[in-house]
Amino acid sequence: MKSLLIAGLLTALSINIATADTVRMGTEGAYPPYNFINDKKEVDGFERHLGDELCKRANLTCVWVVNEWDSIIPNLLAGNYDTIIAGMSITDERDKVIDFTQAYYPPAPSFYVALDGANADLKSGVIAAQTGTIQAGHVAATGATLVEFATPDETIAAVRNGEADAVLADSDYLAPIIKESGGKLVQVGEVYLGDGIGLGVRETDTALKEKMNKAITSMKQDGSLNKLLVKWFGADVKTY
Amino acid sequence: MFPVCADPSLLSGLDWFSCYLTTPKHLAFFESFGLVMLLIAVVAPVALAIGFAAAVASRSASPLLSLPGRGYIALARGVPDIVFFLFVPIALDQGFEYLRYLMICPDQPDGVWQGNNFLVCSAAKLPLSTAAPIWHSVYGFGLAVISFGLVFGAFAGNVLAGSFKAVPIAQIQTGASFGMTQSQIFRRILVPQMWVFALPGLSNLWQILIKATPLLFLLGLQDIVYWARELGSSKTSIYAYPHPDWRLYYFGFLLIFYLGLTAISEVAYKRIMARLSRGQATLAGSGKTGLRGGV
Amino acid sequence: MPVRARRGCGVVFNGMNACFDTIQAYGLRAIGIGERLLPKTDITLCEQMVLIGSGLIWNVYFGVLAIGFGFWFAIGLSLGRQSRFAALRLVSSGFVFLFRGSPLFIQCFFAYEAFVLLPKIGITIDLGLVVIDASTGWFTKAWAGALFVLFCNTAAYSSEIFSGALQSVPNGQIEAARASGMTRFQIFRRVMFPNMLRLAWPAYMNEAIFLFHSTTLVFFSGFPAWRQEGDALYYASYFAEKTFNPFVPYPIVAGYFILLTLVIIAVFTITGGYLNRSLPQERRVKPRFRLLMWR
Repeated sequence: MKSLLIAGLLTALSINIATADTVRMGTEGAYPPYNFINDKKEVDGFERHLGDELCKRANLTCVWVVNEWDSIIPNLLAGNYDTIIAGMSITDERDKVIDFTQAYYPPAPSFYVALDGANADLKSGVIAAQTGTIQAGHVAATGATLVEFATPDETIAAVRNGEADAVLADSDYLAPIIKESGGKLVQVGEVYLGDGIGLGVRETDTALKEKMNKAITSMKQDGSLNKLLVKWFGADVKTY
Repeated sequence: MFPVCADPSLLSGLDWFSCYLTTPKHLAFFESFGLVMLLIAVVAPVALAIGFAAAVASRSASPLLSLPGRGYIALARGVPDIVFFLFVPIALDQGFEYLRYLMICPDQPDGVWQGNNFLVCSAAKLPLSTAAPIWHSVYGFGLAVISFGLVFGAFAGNVLAGSFKAVPIAQIQTGASFGMTQSQIFRRILVPQMWVFALPGLSNLWQILIKATPLLFLLGLQDIVYWARELGSSKTSIYAYPHPDWRLYYFGFLLIFYLGLTAISEVAYKRIMARLSRGQATLAGSGKTGLRGGV
Repeated sequence: MPVRARRGCGVVFNGMNACFDTIQAYGLRAIGIGERLLPKTDITLCEQMVLIGSGLIWNVYFGVLAIGFGFWFAIGLSLGRQSRFAALRLVSSGFVFLFRGSPLFIQCFFAYEAFVLLPKIGITIDLGLVVIDASTGWFTKAWAGALFVLFCNTAAYSSEIFSGALQSVPNGQIEAARASGMTRFQIFRRVMFPNMLRLAWPAYMNEAIFLFHSTTLVFFSGFPAWRQEGDALYYASYFAEKTFNPFVPYPIVAGYFILLTLVIIAVFTITGGYLNRSLPQERRVKPRFRLLMWR
């Protein structure tokens, strides 16, 4: 009788272990406030807190992995991690290769930011963007001269030192930079690209996608997602 | 690190800096210098072994051995190393996983290539996705060692093949006239003698190896370049220690590191060469200081 | 069966037609001529071959000009290192140590960061220097800035080769020239220079090959690509990113570079024969593929 009980407990335990799968979360770690590496060397930011909460709700054990933006999709496909949670906008181009969960961040504008008083010409000037972003694709398609950098930080540096007339990037990445530039950098335009930000998963990983979708829905319903958005992006952010 | 650093926003001047430079992130930066040194230390013997094998193979009488040996040595001369580093690690990774797939789950329903994906069953994955993060780092480091070893093995093969040829033919003939077999000549005459001829080339190779280490970050390792870029980039107040763009200083530090490493290697090389040349029938060994002269 | 064969031909023919269109659209894309938008979806092998090949224009541009200018600077540096003036010796050796002692990757990164600071300094110093401001701005573009770095880099490495060769010029020849009443300049021009070139040529060829390979680093570190105009490796990584398959574009780059290396070897072998024309057959310095440089 006793041994039967222990066996029963063990089964319950092992089921519990089996469902708490390890999911490796791939992020860039250089895109504050979405994701960045804080001074304690940990992944931090909106997506860190969102991801941990999603994993908790989906009953998954999550491990964070930092990967260069350039190769973030190939490494997902190669199975080096299981999700991309790196401020990645949902686009048709990417959707052909990987799958996205529903958006956890509503479609937000991208800002053009230039030096104050520089009178940047967004149609024919020099616009900086990070390589492989939707913004880079957008600039290439307009008449402007695209200049590409590997990291988002370098695009800002290019505007500051006059290399580029303006930078095109997500408004939420640029907003704190504008705020802390002491009036040197200003927003000079905006454009809507993409369908919001979602988690990227492999097309074959439908189970994981469903779990994450369910977790995102539950966070949208109880308002905890909105709370996180306001906490990281300020009161002006679009919420669900 | 220090209790003073609990609230960085209150700090200023020297305190701020001493706290800033001892954040865990900075410690990781300092540790990554150790990673680079470890890589050099591990790759050097690996590349030497691969190169030795390739050089011996390229001298073989059988084309089955000499052709691959020569082709391998020539290939690395024709292709920029950075191109190798961009796809050799991925190829290795997929190769290993494919082998494990054949061993562990060859009856996977959809095969390994599913559209764009290269996926093996989770039991065959390297390292397992449940493995501790340290094993992922070790595996990444291992791939880097093999990739560097393959590229520099070809370079070393080039140097060693040249120094085999530099051993005076008379010595080999003498060995043969004593009735030594081919393998005896190889072991007792060729190999002990060639090292002196190989040393200048190998020392160059060592210097090339040192200077190839910034390419480590291409392999996805968090090396000194990764951390210099990450720490140096400008930080808004979302970070505990906000600062403007300091990459110039961080890269300046890397520059000094490499210059120092080069200088130390040069001194060490001169000492080794002086020791090895003692008693050799070369100009350096006979005490003459070289061919200096002229106008 | 014949029907099938004909259809096969048709496909090939159409494919080639489409490829001609691609060559027209992208053949010179790397220097801004042709289609402005890069292919994004349904990327064909032809598009990869053509665009990566067009990127090779940049590698050749950097390689040829850096070696062309760097050659003369290297000779100046080697003479400076043997100068009677201590200051000149110090500056020349310091320069060589700096560029040989640090990775090109870091040099590029560092140079770009330093170059972007230039215009700022120019503006604060004097408003009248508009022309100079504009010219310092060029250095943040790869065509001038990276060329400058590669120029300095190859000059430092070549100077090491030339210095060694200068020291190996046979003493007897110089004494004979002195005895026949030549001036110092004449001795250099007619005796030392030709001898130096002849002796240094094989090693100099290796340096040229390495430099061409190093040009792939330009757009990978520091210097940004403008209007998506970059070198062969830039387009290769673009395709690797778009197709998620590194096993096609990188081997294409490798193939192009093997061809480029063969061309360099041919050019240097022919000029080497010309340099050795006055010598009897057995005293000629033959090109040997050896690693003699660091990078």
